[in-house]
Amino acid sequence: MLVQALIKPNTYFDSVSLMSLSTKANQIEEVEQAIIAMGTEMNKEVMKNVGLLTPEVEVAGASDLIIVVKAATDELCETAFGKINDLFTKKNSGKKGTNDIKYSTISSAAGSNPEANLAIIAVNGAYAAREAKKALENDLHVMMFSDNVSIEDEIELKRFAHEKGLFMMGPDCGTAIIGNTALCFANAVRKGTIGIVGASGTGSQEVSVRIHEFGFGISQLIGTGGRDLKEEVGGIMMLDGIQALEDDEETKVIVVISKPPAPSVEEKVLAKMETCKKPVVVWFVGGNEEKITAAGAHFAKMSKEAALKAVLLAGADESKLNKRALNIPLIEEVRTKLTPEQKYVRGLFSGGTLADEAMHAAMEKFDNVYSNIQRNPEYRLKDRYTSQEHTFIDFGDDEYTQGKPHPMIDPSTRLERFVQEAKDPSVGAIVMDFVIGYGAHEDPVGAFLPAIIEAKQQAEQEGRHLEIIGYVLGTELDPQDYQEQIDKLLAAGVTHASSMQNAGLLAREFVVKGE
Amino acid sequence: MSRISDLFKSKPHVINVGIESFKDDLLQQGAEVIHLEWTPPGRGNPALIAALDKFESPERMEKIEAANRLAVERIINSQPVLIGYDQAINCVPGMTKTTILHAGPPITWDKMNGPMKGAVTGAIVFEGLAKDVEEAAKLAASGEITFSPCHEHNCVGSMAGVTSASMFMHIVENKTYGNIAYTNLSEQLAKILRMGANDQSVIDRLIWMRDVFGPILRDAMKLNQNGIDLRLMLSQALHMGDECHNRNVAGTTLLIQALTPYILQTDYTIEQKKEVFDFVASSDYFSGPTWMAMAKCALDAAHGIENSTIVTTMARNGVEFGIRVSGMPGNTWFTGPAQKVIGPMFAGYKPEDSGLDIGDSAITETYGFGGFAMATAPAIVALVGGTVEDAIGFSTRMKEITTTENSNITIPLLDFMGLPTGIDVRKVIQTGIMPVINTAIAHKDAGIGMIGAGITYPPVEAFEKALLALSENVQ
Repeated sequence: MLVQALIKPNTYFDSVSLMSLSTKANQIEEVEQAIIAMGTEMNKEVMKNVGLLTPEVEVAGASDLIIVVKAATDELCETAFGKINDLFTKKNSGKKGTNDIKYSTISSAAGSNPEANLAIIAVNGAYAAREAKKALENDLHVMMFSDNVSIEDEIELKRFAHEKGLFMMGPDCGTAIIGNTALCFANAVRKGTIGIVGASGTGSQEVSVRIHEFGFGISQLIGTGGRDLKEEVGGIMMLDGIQALEDDEETKVIVVISKPPAPSVEEKVLAKMETCKKPVVVWFVGGNEEKITAAGAHFAKMSKEAALKAVLLAGADESKLNKRALNIPLIEEVRTKLTPEQKYVRGLFSGGTLADEAMHAAMEKFDNVYSNIQRNPEYRLKDRYTSQEHTFIDFGDDEYTQGKPHPMIDPSTRLERFVQEAKDPSVGAIVMDFVIGYGAHEDPVGAFLPAIIEAKQQAEQEGRHLEIIGYVLGTELDPQDYQEQIDKLLAAGVTHASSMQNAGLLAREFVVKGE
Repeated sequence: MSRISDLFKSKPHVINVGIESFKDDLLQQGAEVIHLEWTPPGRGNPALIAALDKFESPERMEKIEAANRLAVERIINSQPVLIGYDQAINCVPGMTKTTILHAGPPITWDKMNGPMKGAVTGAIVFEGLAKDVEEAAKLAASGEITFSPCHEHNCVGSMAGVTSASMFMHIVENKTYGNIAYTNLSEQLAKILRMGANDQSVIDRLIWMRDVFGPILRDAMKLNQNGIDLRLMLSQALHMGDECHNRNVAGTTLLIQALTPYILQTDYTIEQKKEVFDFVASSDYFSGPTWMAMAKCALDAAHGIENSTIVTTMARNGVEFGIRVSGMPGNTWFTGPAQKVIGPMFAGYKPEDSGLDIGDSAITETYGFGGFAMATAPAIVALVGGTVEDAIGFSTRMKEITTTENSNITIPLLDFMGLPTGIDVRKVIQTGIMPVINTAIAHKDAGIGMIGAGITYPPVEAFEKALLALSENVQ
């Protein structure tokens, strides 16, 4: 072992800095032991005690900086001195903006930022209600992305928000557009005169992008959370949302989107529409036309239809709209490619309402339609890993997400299922959604592409046609490249559907036999 | 305008809790976003969350808020004044010739760590109760010595906090509320009793402090009728770059400057007076204990307010970290294991040589300086291993767990923000943010002394226990 000292005459550093430098110096690989200190008598005494006192150190003065290194060889000592010198010259990383004040509670953040007006709550459901309550207490509107919140908490929060004149969007609300800003999972759409209140996130996304495609725009898109129209909650947020859009000067037409509400809630919502001064378009997925029409609202059976009715009410010239009718020759062509055994549709969806819409389209023609989201228990999938005849799966449902992110972010579960379905010789068509926009995967089609190409090749080798219908939910304004997503599908031989409505109808029509 | 139409007319200004990518999406759209540094309250423990929820019923909330307002008002309005020095036996309540006060929550001899045992045996020898430390250890174990926490005698004690009958004490009177606080004198650095050292040089210094240093200070202050306003002086020291826990350069200069005219007028020899000045000049730490007594004096005035969730004591005995809370009156301690202190060490020592966190000096953080005022002391950011920005971050972060700012004592670098004041047990549990404590590191073995300095945090268990007890107590 060698001990070498470096003396920097008349160089002062405070003791705290030197302690810190010494600590770092002792972490240098080559260093057996190192001391960096001013040459005071006390320090020299310490060095003597630990056997690091060299003749140079002995004569150093109190205003001299001493660097002593113990290392195996001369060379290692030199390297160590070099590294220690770097410690002295090392500048701070110069990171900017770390001076931003950090807040840990909603109350402190809101207290110091009175302009804040909305809280997004996306924490574990066990803690979400507390945070939402804090937000409401601080006069913030709430969008609660979290799920697994008790219905009692939901009711309490919504009542509290209603009393305070605040929005309580959610729990389990993934989509909203407020002041032309997409919140959580939403698409970049034009600002316009059509307001949406939706209990279903992807349903709202779908209608908003269709309205955009028709050349119109969205004033506000308000989410309610999936349970709002249940008996217990009573549609508190839906009713407040309709009222808010009725009061909003920018909004000319209102679109209401939900699964069919509980009867008592439906009554309230329809009563609200009856008195509403603005035209209301209603898309209750699989809902009843008569009651809605009787309430003076405009019934839409499917998503594109809802968007179309809304833009017409907002002043669109029907003759100038490209309604993107179904491609009948294509249907004929695909039917001829499929063998008699290729009878079934398999719908694999990341969006719940998209699955629902496609499923309802199929149910109009077929009885044997199974799903994890079927209302009728008889047609629920018996095993979530095994399809039965016509099967539609919402991969965003809890039983499929278990511990994983939503399929719009993490495609893995749906991808595995796709590979499985593609091998099934009874499958006539696989229909899938690819959702882009804020919050969604950066390249959802790209994630599926290798599997799609391989499946197509495999089917070809087996002498059967594998029909895949892909729908890209998005707009050209979204952060992802919308056209590129479509192009990728087309290049892989996937049938591109221009809307969810068309995707659902095409899938159904492709497998209809003997018409 | 209704809140909803306000929302529709302006761009969303979002407080984002949870998924961080939502923040990035909003920023991309040009919206204003504050992303919270959120963790599950009470570390996700349902019993703690239930306790937090219980506090939030409007009636309880109102009671607690009122009690806490009163508590912080008493902390802030306290005017601690140094009125004199005297031996512990003459002034400290409950002091006897065989009593040894120590830092932190109660502890028995057999459980004490190395530095505290070193200090206790040294003090026994100093008091003439034993001829050497071996004999002192036997006496300490015999049950004839009364051990008691400083805090339970209106005292605080730095590091081991060992205080015996003939040691000289600061006497600090709260001119607003009348209570008095005590602490002993700095032995300066570094091989000293409070750090666990106890050889003859340590005993000799204690004797000199008893026979020369203490009496001169006592007699000097007898000549100062007005006393020394410590709150004012603390405020000045912070403006001069101290945080008054680990950096005391400015405070010591101010204090000795205030004492000097009176020291000069005492009837001691020039030689003795020079010894005093040399001793004070030998370490910046001279005023360290003074600020501790100042903080103790103010916090005692805020202790025992029904329903208050404000912390009035944080103290460590080297084995356990204990806190006391205003709403749990008297000597109710909530404890958890003492933690490691992380920071630079004196040359020749390694982290494994460190004793665990020890001392009553966390009273300074309980008041709102020390680690809470890191932003006043950019010169010692190396202690916290970081940059000036990090130092500022420590101070602003402490606002998240405190009740108000002390407008009497400000931090220039933060636009004269007042010291973060009134640690609220509820907020600590809610946010998971622990009070930051600047402190010294004593060697783990008896007889060695100080080997470094750095920062540490209390164990969360102490606050969790306090919260649960408070939730039983607040009706």
